[in-house]
Amino acid sequence: MIPAWTAEQPLIRMRDVHKRFGATVVISGISIDVMKGEVICIIGPSGAGKSTLLRCINALVPIDSGSILVAGQEVNDPKLDKLALRRKVGMVFQQYNLFPHRTALANIMMAPLHVLKRDRGEVEAEARALMRKVRLEGKENSYPGELSGGQQQRVAIARSLAMQPAAMLFDEVTAALDPETVKEVLVTIRELAEEGMTCVIVTHEMGFAREVADQVYFTDRGVVVEHGPPAEFFTNCKDERTRRFLSQIL
Amino acid sequence: MLLLAVLVLSVYVGEAQAGPDTPSILATMLKWTPLLAQGFALNIAMSFLAMAIGTVLGLALGLGLIALVRPVRATSWVITQFFRNAPWLVLLFYCVLLMPFEVRVGGTIIPLPGWAKSTAGLALPVMANVAELVRGAVQSIPAGQWEAAEALALTRLQTLRLVILPQCVKRMTPPWMNLYAIVVVGTPLASIVGVNEAMTLTGDVLSSEGRTELLVPMYLYLLTWFFVYCYPIARATVALERRFQVS
Repeated sequence: MIPAWTAEQPLIRMRDVHKRFGATVVISGISIDVMKGEVICIIGPSGAGKSTLLRCINALVPIDSGSILVAGQEVNDPKLDKLALRRKVGMVFQQYNLFPHRTALANIMMAPLHVLKRDRGEVEAEARALMRKVRLEGKENSYPGELSGGQQQRVAIARSLAMQPAAMLFDEVTAALDPETVKEVLVTIRELAEEGMTCVIVTHEMGFAREVADQVYFTDRGVVVEHGPPAEFFTNCKDERTRRFLSQIL
Repeated sequence: MLLLAVLVLSVYVGEAQAGPDTPSILATMLKWTPLLAQGFALNIAMSFLAMAIGTVLGLALGLGLIALVRPVRATSWVITQFFRNAPWLVLLFYCVLLMPFEVRVGGTIIPLPGWAKSTAGLALPVMANVAELVRGAVQSIPAGQWEAAEALALTRLQTLRLVILPQCVKRMTPPWMNLYAIVVVGTPLASIVGVNEAMTLTGDVLSSEGRTELLVPMYLYLLTWFFVYCYPIARATVALERRFQVS
């Protein structure tokens, strides 16, 4: 039996997670706790395993050893119900990955209709509300190819939210965007965070991390080098590697 | 245009060879045109049917090629490679020789005429080629589409049905039309096993007329029928390819 999860426990609890692709070690012993309603930002150089770590949380990538509990459900379990897990955890990608043959509204409605088998009228009303929430009212019938990168990314966020997940994973969601559209996406994520959505955000936007995160994690070569609340982390980091990374990027 | 010029030229040369008291080649062509049209209609019907059957089977086989279960994948691969690399004529022969001339379903006897068996023979290579088209199209869809669908908790079948295959239709249409044009020009193969399609009938006409000067113009006439039918398909394929590249 899965032990009942209570709100005092972390919503996502990673313990000593290891992952390698062939001979390349991507994650070597990462432990992170994310409480309900908490926003954590993971920063670090490219190839530090940040994106892979996110994909491990919703079982897109299986882990080699260690444990990831999501609301009490063990991800590293051969009997894991992946679909049940993914209903709890939404994910937004760097390349948006919207379905190009469906309109914005149809993209948002697809999973609630076909995975949750919900009533079409209800789902459509919610999808329209989500379009308003991400400030894309009037673009419901646009195809992804007709939208800017920032607009597509906001549709992608709405698409994930439509499944009413307990937590959201953001994988460098502004990395592919034009500078002028980055802000509109960050505003959307910040609003979500303020509403109490649990968020795990991999990002290169240090200003954003500082503003929105409860905890900032710096990872390098598959391990967490240092972490702390942003005020402390950005002004007073202890590790040499962190300092060097921040001086390069800020 | 060139084809038309050659046709006219061959008619002219034929007229010159013929004696004064035989009917003109043009008149002879015109006389047999209704019969040839009947035969050509059978060619078109066979190409339609072979394409329809081959496409349905090919879709299933193509899904087999990308199945997660290894034995299914392996079996589908063997079938695809076998029928893709076998000469069409050999497949046609096998179908005509190995299939019974009638089948009994329950109490009713359904006859299997030569043209039906030939159609089955043509449908087999179509099936294998469509399977390859499906596999290629599915693999050309970016991995991010699979990932996004997975992250939304769609099952593999739902992902295929709702996300992947609809995007494949567009990519597959031009090569599929191309394949159809090839099937159409492949239908005269059925003449070898005695099906009364346009090619067979042209041969019959020639032997009943017994005039050697008719030989070249008549076959050119037949060729023109196929060309007039297939050329627009080829043009449409190119136009579609261009349109899809832009968007």
